[in-house]
Amino acid sequence: MTTLTLGLDFVLIWTIILGVGVFFYVLLDGFDLGVGILFGLAPDTASRNLAMNSIAPIWDGNETWLVLGSMGLLAAFPIAFAIIMPAVYFPILIMLLSLIFRGVAFEFRYRDSEHRTLWDHGFNYGSVLATFAQGIVLGAFVQGFRTDGNVFTGSSLDCFTPFSVLVGVCLVFGYSLLGAGWLVLKTEGKMQSWARAMGRWAFIGVCGAILVVSIWTSIAFPDIGSRWFSWPGIALLTPIPVVTVVVAWLEWRSLNRTDSEAGPFIGGVALFALSYLGLGISLFPYVVPHRLTLWQAGSDPSAQVFLLIGTLFLLPVILMYTGWSYWVFRGKVRADAGYH
Amino acid sequence: MTLDPLILSRLQFVWVIGWHILLPAFTIGLASFIAAMEGAHIVTGREVLFRISSFWIKIFSIAFGMGVVSGVVMPFQLGTNWSRYSAATANILAPLFAYEGIVAFFLEAAFLGVLLFGRKLVPRWAHFVAALMVALGTLFSAFWILSANSWMQTPQGYKIVDGNFVAVDWFAVVFNPSFPYRFAHMVCASYITTGFVVLSVGAWLIRKGRFAEEGRLMFSITLWLLLLLVPLQIFLGDQHGLNTLEYQPAKLAAIEGDFKTESPTPLNLFAIPDQNTATDRFDVAIPRLGSIILMHSWTGTVKGLDQFPRQDWPTVIFPFFAFRIMVGVGFLMLTLVIWGNWMRRGDRLFRNPRLLRPFEFAAPLGFIAVIAGWVTTETGRQPWTVYGLLRTVDSVSPSLTGWDVLVSLLCYIVAYAVIFPSGWIVMSRIVRRGPEVVVAEDAEVESGRAGHPITELSASRSEDATQ
Repeated sequence: MTTLTLGLDFVLIWTIILGVGVFFYVLLDGFDLGVGILFGLAPDTASRNLAMNSIAPIWDGNETWLVLGSMGLLAAFPIAFAIIMPAVYFPILIMLLSLIFRGVAFEFRYRDSEHRTLWDHGFNYGSVLATFAQGIVLGAFVQGFRTDGNVFTGSSLDCFTPFSVLVGVCLVFGYSLLGAGWLVLKTEGKMQSWARAMGRWAFIGVCGAILVVSIWTSIAFPDIGSRWFSWPGIALLTPIPVVTVVVAWLEWRSLNRTDSEAGPFIGGVALFALSYLGLGISLFPYVVPHRLTLWQAGSDPSAQVFLLIGTLFLLPVILMYTGWSYWVFRGKVRADAGYH
Repeated sequence: MTLDPLILSRLQFVWVIGWHILLPAFTIGLASFIAAMEGAHIVTGREVLFRISSFWIKIFSIAFGMGVVSGVVMPFQLGTNWSRYSAATANILAPLFAYEGIVAFFLEAAFLGVLLFGRKLVPRWAHFVAALMVALGTLFSAFWILSANSWMQTPQGYKIVDGNFVAVDWFAVVFNPSFPYRFAHMVCASYITTGFVVLSVGAWLIRKGRFAEEGRLMFSITLWLLLLLVPLQIFLGDQHGLNTLEYQPAKLAAIEGDFKTESPTPLNLFAIPDQNTATDRFDVAIPRLGSIILMHSWTGTVKGLDQFPRQDWPTVIFPFFAFRIMVGVGFLMLTLVIWGNWMRRGDRLFRNPRLLRPFEFAAPLGFIAVIAGWVTTETGRQPWTVYGLLRTVDSVSPSLTGWDVLVSLLCYIVAYAVIFPSGWIVMSRIVRRGPEVVVAEDAEVESGRAGHPITELSASRSEDATQ
């Protein structure tokens, strides 16, 4: 194996793969969790059915990225995994329980119709809470953890702070925006106008969120602040907030136009990509912020190479057949033609 | 009162994995069964096969969905509760877990959507391919997770650097000594578990006289299949046991309830093992049979627990009884299957529905045997997480308090106590309705339901797809 590792920085390769993997998860499960969040606000049963139909064939695949993300983190950066997971014990618990209730709701609300209200609530609150809990994990991650060497030494409640709670709320708005974009893409008529209206509310929340979190982060964490506001960082990084403003303007416009089908979704994705990029720039090269760099927490090269070989072969195949399954279910979802 | 995060974490793991394993144990076999029915339908064109397949796909969608959500819990358990185990074993086990994800989970997830919802959106052969891919995915998944589990039982191909395991030979890691046996034993167990469920549903349909044609075909195919699989499974189990004798002798001694080394070794049929005094109470033993079964010799000696330091003993009572339950259920299955195949001659079984009753009650047998088997192998591995190398007590997350884990355990108990009975009710409701053919026009709108998006797409779309 050692001969294979010559000249290649596997830590960097895995950082990129994992970074892309986590982003895929955020986008894919983001929009279907977002649909689940908006589900609770939907005006009637027909639109709730439609919302659920639009994600039923794909939610399972989207959630698979979560498993892959956690296992990828364990495989590439085991020390980070071992520190972070116990530190966010309760948000993870909340997330998992929420995902259970929202996941089974897809089948149960139809098959167990006398308890449909229960499963509808399970789906809706499950989606909200899972998203909120993921936001807490993200907030706690940015904040950093008390460690001694490679071991988390804080308490399981450390992760609940005003900052992490704020990030949790922000993510609920963020996923709602993606969900609204998805519904605009997949529905038409009244349902679509409703999704656009929801998208506008979510958009306002997202803009507030990006602003508050950015300011709070750069004040509360001086090392992050100085990266963005001192020379030469300020010159190199200015394009990111500028592009964000432009994308935000385009997103608002497409949410207000009635002929833009894919615009709101693409705009939402672009806003997520920019925020994600900003986060990456703020935290690099740390995998446990303020404590351990990617290179300090990396796994043994034998593990990284072994997994890389399979990943490079399989990832294109995965993208191909996943793409095919999306293609099979392309186009608008309809309520049942024979329903009335 | 002091709460021990170690004990509570172990209980939590038992709780979440115990419920989870029931679902893969069922869906691995069911996915293959569905693929076989779909394939046979294409080849023979018999509509009854199509109805059987569509019926089981509905059940599959519930079981698989529950398997996914309870499965997502598992990798996070390793991080939240077993962080020291995760850190120590990550260089070896994490790539195996990750391979399970990229080889199996994506395959299952992508084709599941088409299998459940795409019947009218893709050509018939593509639907069959989707069924086949889902079945393959479940088998790939079993391959990798059992490889990882087996490595914890019989580790090899590693070196230890700064207290962490590092791979030196990946082939040796993946194909570790107990893996081929465990893989064969578990896949066969899943097929049998599914087999008895299908058999039971088939028997019920025949007796009720509704959908008797479907019921009879299900019943008949499965009864033949089980006549092959159950004896095969007993053989595989025996081979697995011999492998355990070689690589995990203390586990085997606990299974046999052998506290003392005796030559020749008797076979304890029943006893109440007493860990404190290291004796078996009320034991019923057959002289020499232990030597014959395990050493395949008249005088061979099987090592007792007295050959191992006391702190390396598993808690004997768990593997001892779990093993006897598994084997007992196994022989009950064998009896049932042989009797059934004997009675079916001249259609006696089908003419006298009362004879079908025992088969109706046989549905849980596979699940009981699977749980018992897992309790045997996992409690027999104790007090280690990685056999002989990493102790369970050194694997738990150091930051956790007893209260943390108590709260999470209670949450999981409540959640699973809602979800699993609901799932069971929903599945039995589908069974009660039987393999009916749903007329699309009359169907209530199903939220994300199999078959029903038929009507949710314009006619032109389904024509596009089949061109």
